Amino acid sequence: MEIVYVYLKKRSEFGKQCNFSDRQAELNIDIQPNPELAEQFVERNPVDTGIQCSTSMSEHEANTERFEMETRGVNHVEGGWPKDVNPLELEQTIRFRKKVEKDENYINAITQLGSIMEHCIKQNNAIDIYEEYFDDEDPVEVTEEAPSAKTINVFRDPQEIKRAATHLSWHPDGNRKLAVAYSCLDFQQAPVGMSFDSYIWDMENPNKPEIALRPSSPLVTLEYNPKDSHVLLGGCYNGQIACWDTRKGSLVAELSTIEFSHRDPVYGTIWLQSKTGTECFSASTDGQVMWWDIRKLSEPTEVLIMDISKKEMLENALGAISLEFESTLPTKFMVGTEQGVVISCNRKGKTPAEKIVCTFSGHHGPIYALQRNPFYPKNFLTVGDWTARIWSEDSRESSIMWTKYHMAYLTDGAWSPSRPAVFFTTKMDGTLDIWDFVFKQCDPALTLKVCDEALFCLRVQDNGCLIACGSRLGTTTLLEVSHGLATLQRNEKNIASSVFERETRREKILEARHREMRLKEKGKAEGKEEELREEETATDLEGLVTKAEEEFFEVIFSELKRKEKDAMKKKQKP
Amino acid sequence: QTEVEETLKRIQSHKGVIGTMVVNAEGIPIRTTLDNSTTVQYAGLLHQLTMKARSTVRDIDPQNDLTFLRIRSKKHEIMVAPDKEYLLIVIQNPCE
Repeated sequence: MEIVYVYLKKRSEFGKQCNFSDRQAELNIDIQPNPELAEQFVERNPVDTGIQCSTSMSEHEANTERFEMETRGVNHVEGGWPKDVNPLELEQTIRFRKKVEKDENYINAITQLGSIMEHCIKQNNAIDIYEEYFDDEDPVEVTEEAPSAKTINVFRDPQEIKRAATHLSWHPDGNRKLAVAYSCLDFQQAPVGMSFDSYIWDMENPNKPEIALRPSSPLVTLEYNPKDSHVLLGGCYNGQIACWDTRKGSLVAELSTIEFSHRDPVYGTIWLQSKTGTECFSASTDGQVMWWDIRKLSEPTEVLIMDISKKEMLENALGAISLEFESTLPTKFMVGTEQGVVISCNRKGKTPAEKIVCTFSGHHGPIYALQRNPFYPKNFLTVGDWTARIWSEDSRESSIMWTKYHMAYLTDGAWSPSRPAVFFTTKMDGTLDIWDFVFKQCDPALTLKVCDEALFCLRVQDNGCLIACGSRLGTTTLLEVSHGLATLQRNEKNIASSVFERETRREKILEARHREMRLKEKGKAEGKEEELREEETATDLEGLVTKAEEEFFEVIFSELKRKEKDAMKKKQKP
Repeated sequence: QTEVEETLKRIQSHKGVIGTMVVNAEGIPIRTTLDNSTTVQYAGLLHQLTMKARSTVRDIDPQNDLTFLRIRSKKHEIMVAPDKEYLLIVIQNPCE
């Protein structure tokens, strides 16, 4: 039943201010309980209800704003001498000390403390509690733990306008520092006011970079000198090569002259093995590879043009986008190009034509990373387009092993320095893949989403445990992989080398087979030509058509004539 | 007084002991076998640490008190015996 209360108000009184007044309570409606309605309900016995007798609490989370901290040390100079004693005057201090020593308290205290102390000293001398007791036992068999990796630290670009982290380099001793090169690689998209600085970060302090390097143009690559950990080499966006000494400060120590530098951003710089430790070489998409000595950066010591037709023409040159040099094979180096071709070169070639030895093609796009396997240098890893491929120097036609085509472009890759079968790749969707081909061959052993933006570069630390990857917004993430992925498994070297050999052999067999088939086809094609030459009849279409017409008409005429003859013969026989 | 001398001499003569020092509650080194600057540094820093350690022990159990503090580092071991007014600090190189 409806409860309705009618409220009337005059139109002229609309909008009038309300005058409230007190009133007694009025009973508007009184509904009596109706026991008949109870028939419609079923009684439930027993009733199960949960009751808790405790204070109700609520949980809230709050994230505080990032607190900027700085660590500073305090140096104590002199103890808290009482006012009447001048700490500088030796006499007064000696007198004070003598006074204290005569104090009875002092004597008791020292005797007591002395005995406790002696006890502990003797303990220390008796047993070394940190001794390695179980050294001779074999290391425990690695249990089958799932491979994992976790983020240890994140270093964010302190600049307002974010740049991409394009190259990373670990400090050569101790790996406590990481040099990161920041630049904007989008063609002419660098925003106005973007800073050119690149930073060196200390692992302990992710809030503030340790040193800032200030070039005149953003750095695309940055490498520590493996022989001298204070010297860094940087390749600039405008093609120059710059050199820093961290002891001298953040300004460039040496800079190459613009006229003799590259014409395009320098994508690869590597230090070379030399007695002086000052030689390096660089590669850029303008198609040149230049050798430099950092003591004299005004012009390169040598220039090589990446022209695979060996004609030394810059117009034909392929743009180099990655460089590879292994100090165990000092005469050879490899260049990965924008066109998807890896060029293997020999430094000792006398003419530039001799310098370029051979090419490996197989990628559809620029080869962003190129690295030889640290354990088996004959095999190398290339990363480009949507796949990563492993090649063997013996097999020139194609790679020996390759990953499937991924959904996102691959941007960088590296071998693990401690395990021959493990390599890492980064992709444009911000994931890091860890591949272990003795464990699983069709998929990565571990895929990690590091961040939402694209990852541009990757560098593994020498112990194989820590990986740093740089992203498009300048965030460098430091990850630690699980023990199993960083330590050498037993027999792994043999397995890896046998896998490489097997694949190389397979490719060789396939190559041989292809060659055979091609030869056969050539042979067949040649055979057919000889037959055709024997038929000197008109082979062109018109000739054939006219011939066919003539034959057709001939047949018709002969039939007609025959019919006429028959008809005449019939007539003649009455 | 001679007992004090004896005790300290005995401690110093133990194997591996690098230095001994006695510091009072204000951080003034009363007796030391190391140079002044090192002593003052140790005194200041260890005093604070001992106070913190003592307050920690007493916070957990008010009836407890700190009797000894040992800090083992890569290079040596620092042992601190605290008292109401004084600190006896010994730096030892445990034999490896």
